Amino acid sequence: MNPTFIDIKEFRQHMENLRRKGMDFLRDLIGMDWGDEGLGAIYALENTATGENIQVAIRCESRDNAHIPTVCDIWSVAELYEREIYDFYGIIFDHHPDMRRLYLRNDWVGHPLRKDYDESEALNPIRMENESPEDVQRPYEIAEEAQLKELAKQTNKIHGDQYIINIGPQHPATHGVLRFRLALDGEEIRKIDIHCGYIHRGIEKMSEKLTYPQILALTDRLDYLSAHQNRHALCMCIEKAIGIEVTERTQYIRTIMDELQRIDSHLLFLSCAAMDLGAITTFIYGFRDREKILDIFEEVTGGRLIQNYNVIGGVQADITPDFAHKVKEYCKYQKGKIKEYNDVFTNNIITQKRMIGVGVLTREDAISYGCTGGSGRASGWACDVRKRHPYALYDKVDFKEIIYNNGDCYDRFLVRIDEIKESIHIIEQLIDNIPEGDYKVKTKPIIRIPEGRYSAAVEGSRGEFGVFIESRGEKSPYRLKFRPMGLPLIAAMHKILKGAKVADLIAIGATLDYVIPDIDR
Amino acid sequence: MFDFSTITTAIDQFLRDIMPSQAALLVECVLVALCAVLAYVMFAIVMIFMERKVCAAFQCRLGPMRVGPWGLLQVFADVFKMLIKEIISINNSDKVLYNLAPYLVVMSSVLTFCCLPFGEGLLVLDFNIGIFFIMAASSFGVLGILLAGWSSNNKFSMIGAVRSGAQMISYELSIGICLLTIVVMSGTMQISELVEAQRDGWFIFKGHLPAVIAFIIYLIAGNAETNRAPFDLPEAESELTAGFHTEYSGMHFGFFYVAEFMNLFIVAGIASTLFLGGWMPLHISGFDSFNTIMDYIPGVIWFLGKTFFVIWVLMWIRWTFPRLRIDQVVSLEWKYLVPIGLLNLLIMTLCVVMGWIF
Repeated sequence: MNPTFIDIKEFRQHMENLRRKGMDFLRDLIGMDWGDEGLGAIYALENTATGENIQVAIRCESRDNAHIPTVCDIWSVAELYEREIYDFYGIIFDHHPDMRRLYLRNDWVGHPLRKDYDESEALNPIRMENESPEDVQRPYEIAEEAQLKELAKQTNKIHGDQYIINIGPQHPATHGVLRFRLALDGEEIRKIDIHCGYIHRGIEKMSEKLTYPQILALTDRLDYLSAHQNRHALCMCIEKAIGIEVTERTQYIRTIMDELQRIDSHLLFLSCAAMDLGAITTFIYGFRDREKILDIFEEVTGGRLIQNYNVIGGVQADITPDFAHKVKEYCKYQKGKIKEYNDVFTNNIITQKRMIGVGVLTREDAISYGCTGGSGRASGWACDVRKRHPYALYDKVDFKEIIYNNGDCYDRFLVRIDEIKESIHIIEQLIDNIPEGDYKVKTKPIIRIPEGRYSAAVEGSRGEFGVFIESRGEKSPYRLKFRPMGLPLIAAMHKILKGAKVADLIAIGATLDYVIPDIDR
Repeated sequence: MFDFSTITTAIDQFLRDIMPSQAALLVECVLVALCAVLAYVMFAIVMIFMERKVCAAFQCRLGPMRVGPWGLLQVFADVFKMLIKEIISINNSDKVLYNLAPYLVVMSSVLTFCCLPFGEGLLVLDFNIGIFFIMAASSFGVLGILLAGWSSNNKFSMIGAVRSGAQMISYELSIGICLLTIVVMSGTMQISELVEAQRDGWFIFKGHLPAVIAFIIYLIAGNAETNRAPFDLPEAESELTAGFHTEYSGMHFGFFYVAEFMNLFIVAGIASTLFLGGWMPLHISGFDSFNTIMDYIPGVIWFLGKTFFVIWVLMWIRWTFPRLRIDQVVSLEWKYLVPIGLLNLLIMTLCVVMGWIF
């Protein structure tokens, strides 16, 4: 799909019109460096009512002083996306209320994803002193529209005289290295400021120098609990671009593996959510059962967490002869265990008191913040990519999209429990019918993608995972962008946290189910 | 039943024979203190081992298995490790209070421990306001926790300490009301007399409905007093890393750790003393032969059996339930437990006045 380029003067007006026409979901926002043609951004939009997809692009020719009007008052998620683009490309978004770097330190020199970025170590040595927190945020305000002024006032400023605590980067409840700066009033949270980037590896920048098969190895390291789905998305995108059709057998294997991965992820979610609420026994139960999936993964792919299984044109190795038998045995086992989780944890009165009505995310906010996956579906938004844009075998199997309507922590929890059942249901439909055939199509030794822009999306374990490739016909991409599943979730955090207590933050964080390496790509 | 006071009287007599009575008293004090502290530590070690094994059983694991047979020496190894670890001092902390806090906690817990009747004639402190003393001694432990949080110069510790203060002071009340219920029923505050009064039936049977209600409230409030799940907010590890003892290391942390376990033992011990008869065997009036058989089991075993049963129940709860939120903890106490407890006290008084207890 090629984007339509909009002139910078008409841009705001055009975007507002699109929003009015029902383009309410900003799927992705991709910063671009087109070399001499200037810097810019591509906006992937979707109409959640009709399913219509469009891409809009904007380009500004000045490289040193690139300005684009913000859209973060139209689609809330753009707030963090635009900060990311500012960080990596140096494009300033006018009227953005909080134009700080998102991932890198305040004192970082240069914008790394630009093509003319100077990588020399002299510019950015390893700094031994702490980063000074930028409490005073600088909204880029041209002071014209009252609405935008209002937005700037709501800025999430944290002052030194408040009781500030850091949840993270090293904290048992952030499930990784994410840092929340909280301003507290007693136990209540007044403000939250999110600091990302502690585990950013620059995968998108690395990809621009690697060949396509090499890039595949990096996808598993994004959201390590959606390793299969991530890789599936990239393989699908590349296969689409070079025009190979994978065999039926591959499709079966990929679908089954995706669903096993989803169960694996949801079991980990369940365990960690229970542990964050203090129920350590449930944590162990979840891990006990997850181990069985990991054993299956290990036998088939050789890896437990990072499997490296999908390759361009198929999968790395054929499934083992007793794969079907083991998976069927596991499905039977797991179905019985779900009742156990419900008995010991879900139906516990304290669990319900801690989760029901806590951290409500409304449907409008879920769409505006682009919170896909279980968190979006708990708010009543049917956002499952498997239904919206079916891929692999998902249009051939019968499964329900789990939707709850309250959008609180409890619903987010229940969605995942029910999705485990649905995933088992999908696997059971496929496992007996895996057709014979090749598990891999022969591809050229060096893969070059023809010039153009390609994108693909899959339903990862915690939302929509998208891949965008802009190719110039080389063996490595000109620009590769992964749509993170977790970034929209933490973008919505300050909205969800209204009036919450410290303990609620933990419950909300646990049920939003973000994985940090996916936020920090 | 074997009366331990024969042994203690004999030792007393022997000491008085060979030295002046003042010196004998001094030696006895030292001996008793030594025994009490030794017992305290030994029970702590048993409790830690028990907790590990019980929790492992609930979680389909084995627990410690490598050090010694069935991991029996694991706790000793841990205690040894704790003893040789460095006690780290924190910059900008209030040094005096910071170092004092763990001792306050452990002192309060040892004092309360001394009131437990392990057997007939086998208790250290026994005077006519025993129950009153238990409540007083146990309630200054919270002071140590508050000081620990305050003096550590750590914001997480501070939140943990304030939570702990709010929680422990609140639940102190429920415990007091429950103990009062039993005092109303038995008409005495002396521990030995309380146990003696249960010779013809434990209070939980004699006091029927109000005693059972008081027992349940006591277990809930006692669990909250010991800061264990579902009331482990002061040290909620997923929220506050380790709460009030985040900054403590070595034996200073060890004191908090041991005191927490021993407080559990004490709560269970008091529950078994006041509701389940202490060292008194199970007696059913009218079944004399049954009662005689029961009497052959030593009182110490009765006491420890009941206590460890209550501990096991509390551990079961601890490893099953998720954690409450601070507002839920406080509202559970003030909106439910205190009114129910007061009403229960009223019912008990009515029962005693009308002679409706057995």
